[in-house]
Amino acid sequence: MDGTARAGRGEFVVTDPLTPVLTKHWLGPESWTLRHYTELGGYEALTTALNTPADDLIALIKDSGLRGRGGAGFPTGMKWSFIPQAKPGEEPTGPAAKPKYLVINADEGEPGTCKDVPLMMADPHSLIEGCIITSWAIRAHYCAIYVRGEVVHCVRRLHAAVREAYEAGHLGRDIHGTGFDLDIVVHAGAGAYICGEETALLDSLEGRRGQPRLKPPFPATAGLYAAPTVVNNVETIATVPAIVSGGKDWFRTMGRERSPGPKIFSLSGHVERPGQYEAPLGTTLRELLDLAGGMSGGIPLKFWTPGGSSTPLLTAEHLDVPLDFEGATEAGSMLGTTALMIFNETVSVPWAVMKWTEFYEHESCGKCTPCREGCYWLAGILRRMVEGHGTEADIDTLLDVCDNVLGRSFCALGDGAVSPITSGIKYFREEFVALCEAQTRHPEVERIVELSGASA
Amino acid sequence: MTQAPEKTDAEGPPIREGHVRLTIDDQVVDAPQGELIIRTCERLGIVVPRFCDHPLLDPAGACRQCLVEVEMGGRKMPKPQASCTMTVAQDMVVNTQMTSPVADKAQQGVMELLLINHPLDCPICDKGGECPLQNQAMSSGRAESRFVEEKRTFAKPLPISDEVLLDRERCVLCQRCTRFSRQIAGDQFIELLERGAHQQIGTEETAFGEGEDFQSYFSGNTIQICPVGALTSASYRFRSRPFDLVSTAGVAEHDSSGAAVRRDWRRGAVTRVLAGDDPEVNEEWIDDKTRFAFRYAQAAGRITRPLVRGDDGELHEASWTDALERAASLLVAARDGEVVSEAPSQTLSVRNGTSITEDSGDSADDEETEREPKRGVGVLPGGRLTVEDAYAYAKFARLALGTNDIDARARAHSGEELDFLAAHVAGTGLGVTYADLEEASTVLTVALEVEEEAPVVFLRLRKAARQGTAVHHLGQWSTPAVVKTGGHLVACAPGGEPAALDALPDALAEALTRPGAVVLVGERAAEVPGLYAAVSALAGRSGAKVAWIPRRAGERGAVDAGALPTLLPGGRPIDDVARAQLASTWGVTELPATPGRDAAAILRAAAAGELAGLVVGGVEIADLPDPVLAREALRAADVVVSLEQAHSEVTPYADVVLPVAPVVNKSGTFRNWEGRDRRFATTIDPSGGSSGRVGGTAAITLPDCRVLDTLAVEMDVDLFTQTPEVAAAELERLGVARPARPAPVRGPDHPDRPEGHHAALVVTEEEYLVATPAGLAEVDVVSVVEVDDEERAATTSDADGGLRLATWRQLLDGGSLLVDEPELAGTARPPKIRVSTATAQRLDLHEDDVATLAGPRGELHLEVELADLPVDVVWAPARVVEPGGAVTLAGLGLTHGGPVRVTGSHDGSQR
Repeated sequence: MDGTARAGRGEFVVTDPLTPVLTKHWLGPESWTLRHYTELGGYEALTTALNTPADDLIALIKDSGLRGRGGAGFPTGMKWSFIPQAKPGEEPTGPAAKPKYLVINADEGEPGTCKDVPLMMADPHSLIEGCIITSWAIRAHYCAIYVRGEVVHCVRRLHAAVREAYEAGHLGRDIHGTGFDLDIVVHAGAGAYICGEETALLDSLEGRRGQPRLKPPFPATAGLYAAPTVVNNVETIATVPAIVSGGKDWFRTMGRERSPGPKIFSLSGHVERPGQYEAPLGTTLRELLDLAGGMSGGIPLKFWTPGGSSTPLLTAEHLDVPLDFEGATEAGSMLGTTALMIFNETVSVPWAVMKWTEFYEHESCGKCTPCREGCYWLAGILRRMVEGHGTEADIDTLLDVCDNVLGRSFCALGDGAVSPITSGIKYFREEFVALCEAQTRHPEVERIVELSGASA
Repeated sequence: MTQAPEKTDAEGPPIREGHVRLTIDDQVVDAPQGELIIRTCERLGIVVPRFCDHPLLDPAGACRQCLVEVEMGGRKMPKPQASCTMTVAQDMVVNTQMTSPVADKAQQGVMELLLINHPLDCPICDKGGECPLQNQAMSSGRAESRFVEEKRTFAKPLPISDEVLLDRERCVLCQRCTRFSRQIAGDQFIELLERGAHQQIGTEETAFGEGEDFQSYFSGNTIQICPVGALTSASYRFRSRPFDLVSTAGVAEHDSSGAAVRRDWRRGAVTRVLAGDDPEVNEEWIDDKTRFAFRYAQAAGRITRPLVRGDDGELHEASWTDALERAASLLVAARDGEVVSEAPSQTLSVRNGTSITEDSGDSADDEETEREPKRGVGVLPGGRLTVEDAYAYAKFARLALGTNDIDARARAHSGEELDFLAAHVAGTGLGVTYADLEEASTVLTVALEVEEEAPVVFLRLRKAARQGTAVHHLGQWSTPAVVKTGGHLVACAPGGEPAALDALPDALAEALTRPGAVVLVGERAAEVPGLYAAVSALAGRSGAKVAWIPRRAGERGAVDAGALPTLLPGGRPIDDVARAQLASTWGVTELPATPGRDAAAILRAAAAGELAGLVVGGVEIADLPDPVLAREALRAADVVVSLEQAHSEVTPYADVVLPVAPVVNKSGTFRNWEGRDRRFATTIDPSGGSSGRVGGTAAITLPDCRVLDTLAVEMDVDLFTQTPEVAAAELERLGVARPARPAPVRGPDHPDRPEGHHAALVVTEEEYLVATPAGLAEVDVVSVVEVDDEERAATTSDADGGLRLATWRQLLDGGSLLVDEPELAGTARPPKIRVSTATAQRLDLHEDDVATLAGPRGELHLEVELADLPVDVVWAPARVVEPGGAVTLAGLGLTHGGPVRVTGSHDGSQR
């Protein structure tokens, strides 16, 4: 967190490459406490929000251009507006008559991604304040924060923060005399990557086996307990109080037209100072590398992911790609979670791709055939290739299996799983070929030849 | 000129309301809104391969085999779509594998992926030859696999119950089985475990090494809908290949559902039974009893040659001629009160299921020598007959034996029930249907534990409940059936059902007045005096439709065919008009005018030396309301003729045993509870029949109607029931002749109630005095009304006393047609004593400990389970399989609503 440390104290300057909004408080003493958060102006946005009609809040978020920080970049205000609300003066029917729920997706499990957990560790109250404002806007009285089960320390800190918020009257019955009730429940997941998929998360939260649901119906009409539900990422909701305080115009001073606002970029791997760098959307890797002190040991960059392993990897030629939703897509990848994994020239691409694929093989939930069987097969081929038993035909098989998984699986997990393989072969095919060069015949063929005695 | 028609062609005829028009593989088609693309394709004859899709299950979209290309608003969707989850839309353009290379490649890709971890078991797999995976791998797969890695392996097979074996390697994880269990049966005993390629189906037991296995009465359906060989039947595994089997359509013989089945057989024996597809009746589902209980036809106890008791007192095989002659002469003598036999009497050792000692009936008999000569023959045909066979029995009794002493009800019964059957059932034709249940706003079940006693009806009620029907159960505790159909229990004390019906909660009483409301009443209503009358009164005042659901397959047919003491064929009462009409059709001068004795009265009369003979069909003695009396009657009767498929408890008493055909060896009709005729052809014709290739063990036996017809000829009477077809045709010609205004159902308080007609169980006072010296007051079954918990608690001072019994039969409890089915028996629900927590505390009973249930004639030791029963009510299954044979609570002298004693473990050990 060196980058934020140095930039975090001063006044916000537009020309500064860093824009600490979410990370502003992170290095303060006991930044996670309610006292610290309140001293620095925390929960002022809540007061503003509770004095603002809910529909106006939704309009504000819409106009601010805030897009979901979980990876897909869906416009947040639009998502909120999908929640069916009772029309004034009318008896609500259908989904509008049901309770509404806010669910925070804090099941941060994407390889390389580490933004939500530090946020919840360093500044949990920004998330909680965001939850209250969002619940007010969508008229929910129950909010669940679904946290990845492995980060026990984070779960504890959230529990403590929620308790503090209750004690301060920010949560519970009749919040600050507005008549608004809200309960927040912190729920620890059981360690399944698939539960980061919003409908699988909802099933898991309901106590079922976490596997993605058939859509439609979408969560906005039938989500948690078949009631209208907004599922948002931690970073998205933590941004909400800042927008309420700062306004949409301020928010739009950062980032680009269609991807406004600041974003936490998580740099990991072969950089001098890995960590969280909060900068406007559209910042390039070259700029971020400058902030992070460059490549570690000066060894040149070979490849990197813009947003976790599910986003197709990029190379040194993409150093100046603006990292926002449009820029990453134009470069043939996706912005994802802005988890930038940086690899220098010492790393073998097939090896890295194999490790990633093994992750997906392990985490595929098993519901649909392409992902379940495809990941198993792809990992098997890659392991064999890395062990030196691959053939060039395997590369074609890899690509064809990837083609049979991409867009054929039930949810996006399968699509993400093939990203490293197809992009790895796209940019570094010669490395895969080199692995096969010594191997002219498939080992299985060798074995059959040997068993049949034909080689004698 | 040519313009106009072209224009109409382009626009086509107007689209019907609620429909959309789309294009599939260049064909324009109209489809109802909400229809899945895959269904529309089916209607066009386009077969899209699929595994997880099943028309009766909610869509899953899991296997991804059915991917097609979809275009909406002129734009192709970026990814191929699962046609089993996407519904049709106006102007949609769908391209299946027939016209889209993308869809074709997607399907081939998924098929290849499905096969990478699938073992090459086809040559030894039960499913081989009828396997959707095999078939679709041929139609939509690659000729060669590119997969050279190691396949994922599992230990196999893994039993998930005694009856169902799981081969995890073969499983394609389509979730049909788990979805069936969750959605259709409501039994969540199987679930997906683990994830990724290690995902598998499992139970609590397979997951944790202990716990519940697949304890579902409907588990066999998962085997049938499994699209691969992952779920196999323990009893069928490795026994045959599908292409070696002959498949014949049939009808379920174990209950009154009338479910369509398919019997697969070879070499004269059935190898398996599958659910038939009949949307109006059982849809595609049957219960495990119907599916797995068929080996009785090959069991060691089958009787295939007539048996005649010789001078040595033993039964010997005899020719049909000799046997029929002997039976005829004995029956004529018995009928006319001229018993010739010196009664080669019952020195045989007769097994006695209960702990009661052999009583001293013989000495009593000897004293009776001075009495009026015995005269007449009573007929107990049993409740498993086809309509045709029941008709033959009905006609045989009236013409050959000159009596109305015939009663097909081999169970608790009453005169009140006869009134009810005459008023609401006999000759009423098709009444309430399965579809009516599905559409009903409210259903109330009375004296009917629907999952145990009519499992196919249960499935339809559950389906109805899932669609919004309020299903209420009048009963004693929240049984699995109550829970799985929405959880509406109208609780009452056993015996208090009539009072409860008279005082239903207002909301329910009101709901029953709405159109489409249905009251289902089970045969057990006969055990509670006044209940049939109360049901009839409820129907009268609410307008709700009433349907009677007996347990056995032949009960409804027997009612309509006249195999009852007060009803002639076609719903005719025994009055002068009906008798005259029937006599003229039958070509006789007159028919017996006196209403007959019911089964209990027949047995009492035989035991008391009034009746000389008994003709007994498929009756299990233990199922009769008073087995002790029944044995006494059989012993006392001079002539006993038994028509049976297999050796039974009646056989040792019989003078002549005439073998009859099991259901697979005959044709006929079961009239199900709806009143729907379910005709079936002969499955296996032992004589070779048209297929001419029956070998193996099939014995040539004849249907009851043919045997009775020939027997009657020996008695100089013509029944004209040589074949089921002839019998059915005659019954059809007779038609229905119900009285315009049937007599009211007379409950116990009715002034016209005939004496002795409401006792479900006949137990002498002495027996009760011996068993419960505490007092006779407790025997007063009739006075039980709805329990007031506080009142009961206040009046109960005796630590052992004050308990009332609630009871009914469980589906799998060792019936005579369940022989030789150890796997099926292993899936039976364990028999348990159920009491409420409060009662358990009062009696010092503990869950899972063994307690003793005692009646006047013996006792039973069962584990205790706590349930939400009323205070001081004990539930126990009506029939329990013990190592020495079946024990019935009736055999112990216990009745539903009657007193019972329960004590903790007699050796005092508690866990």
